[in-house]
Amino acid sequence: MSPVSRGFHRRRQDPAANAGRVPPGQYVTKDFPVLSAGPTPHTPTERWSFSIGRGGQRKTWSWAEFRALPSQDVTVDIHCVTKWTKLDTAWQGVSVDTLLDLSGHDGPFALAHCDGGYTTSLPVEDLRGGKAWVAYARDGRPLEPEHGGPARLLVPHLYFWKSAKWVRSLELRDTNDPGFWENYGYHIYGDPWREQRYAGD
Amino acid sequence: MEALDGNAIGGLLYEIFDTDMTSAVSVCGNCGAACQVAELAVYTHAPGTVVRCRSCDSVLMVFVKIHNRICVDLLGLAAPG
Amino acid sequence: MAGTALRGRLTWQIAKVTAVAVETASVRTITLDVPGWPGHQAGQHVDIRLTDEDGYVAERSYSIASAPGEPVAITVERLDDGEVSPYLTDELRAGDDLELRGPIGGYFVWEPDDGGPLLLLAGGSGVVPLRSILRHRERTRSNVPVRLLYASRTLDDVIYRGELDQPAVGVEVVYTLTRHQPPGWTGYARRVDAALLAEVAWAAGVMPLAYACGPTSFVEAVSQVLVHSSYPPERVKTERFGTAGGT
Repeated sequence: MSPVSRGFHRRRQDPAANAGRVPPGQYVTKDFPVLSAGPTPHTPTERWSFSIGRGGQRKTWSWAEFRALPSQDVTVDIHCVTKWTKLDTAWQGVSVDTLLDLSGHDGPFALAHCDGGYTTSLPVEDLRGGKAWVAYARDGRPLEPEHGGPARLLVPHLYFWKSAKWVRSLELRDTNDPGFWENYGYHIYGDPWREQRYAGD
Repeated sequence: MEALDGNAIGGLLYEIFDTDMTSAVSVCGNCGAACQVAELAVYTHAPGTVVRCRSCDSVLMVFVKIHNRICVDLLGLAAPG
Repeated sequence: MAGTALRGRLTWQIAKVTAVAVETASVRTITLDVPGWPGHQAGQHVDIRLTDEDGYVAERSYSIASAPGEPVAITVERLDDGEVSPYLTDELRAGDDLELRGPIGGYFVWEPDDGGPLLLLAGGSGVVPLRSILRHRERTRSNVPVRLLYASRTLDDVIYRGELDQPAVGVEVVYTLTRHQPPGWTGYARRVDAALLAEVAWAAGVMPLAYACGPTSFVEAVSQVLVHSSYPPERVKTERFGTAGGT
């Protein structure tokens, strides 16, 4: 380890106050850092659609149709693989259970496709059971582009790179093919409680 | 989040290539645009460092630090021709 | 990739802080004694690394503010909510160690043989590597003509004001104060735009060499204007600094 820089310390909250809520290796932040692997897309809602597909078949919702679906207010803790954790984040979105059921499609794995070309992969069972949403608002306000608006995937039980920003579709597949960060060495599953950051962890 | 440029990863590239690379010319494997590494679009606020072509946004290079080792992907660059 | 490159060792080493000088309310210049420093070129930078007791590491890059031949110095602006910059501006003191590696960068550099006329475009703390270029020009007694256009929020935020208000022969300094101007200010009072640059920049016909440094939005705006004004792109060098998030 490099020599300690006198008087330097990372800002962090009192660990005892958040016992049990902070996965190993994480620190709590009050900010909401913006991470991105590329330019921020700005998709107008008039051109936005979301679809779930398998093979050549897909079910597609326009923005208006999507916003007409039943939605939920959820407050969740989120954990980024770059080690920050943010507690009690408030979102509004449509449950992926609702979208999967309405699509009539199913399959073991899903690859999320996003504006700007980002992808990420997840087992469909991690998108079911009240564990995932397509979120269009946070803190009661429309989701801003830098945080993934018009809508992003929200899957808080996995590292936040799985909560794909600017999501446009879920492609259901038989195989768990790696998405963007999985291709560059990140873990195919990404459970923060087992500290599955990188492939092989 | 606005992109920086290749100047911001001068130290990282030196660590990998053992020489300054900011003046080196890179060619995009997708659109063929050629420019100096210092002029490429660099995204550092991410689980890894992503370097993209300024003309077509295609990913040229990705650097991920995995357990104290830097993993380097240069597949987006044009093959030397 | 192909092209020229600088060779030599680049390793992390411990430097000693010899002085911390106040430039403005939020800006400090930190002078360093770096053992075995190989010398540097005007425009290069160093990477700084801080480590806390838990082994947490934060790394940032800072342009070298001093000219080749002068002791290594960096100029740091304290950013609100910054993790590293407030430590460097408020906590660090003479006698402390600072881990760094450098010098880094072979693209955004100027040597007298590169010629001019020089157009230096500074957005906020982007003035730091340009000041190294100005000092190098003076120390080498180069008579390449220079125009420095420096965009700053207010006059109190202008870094190196003492030097810049008394520029060397052949150097013209033009400020534009974008947020607030003192009473009686007759200079520019807006963000750099095409009209402002048209009044200040060298005409493309004299084959100027331009260096633009500062926040990404500033650098993008000015470099686009210059290229539209027929500056050959290869004669416009750019260095983008991070703002929020890169603290």
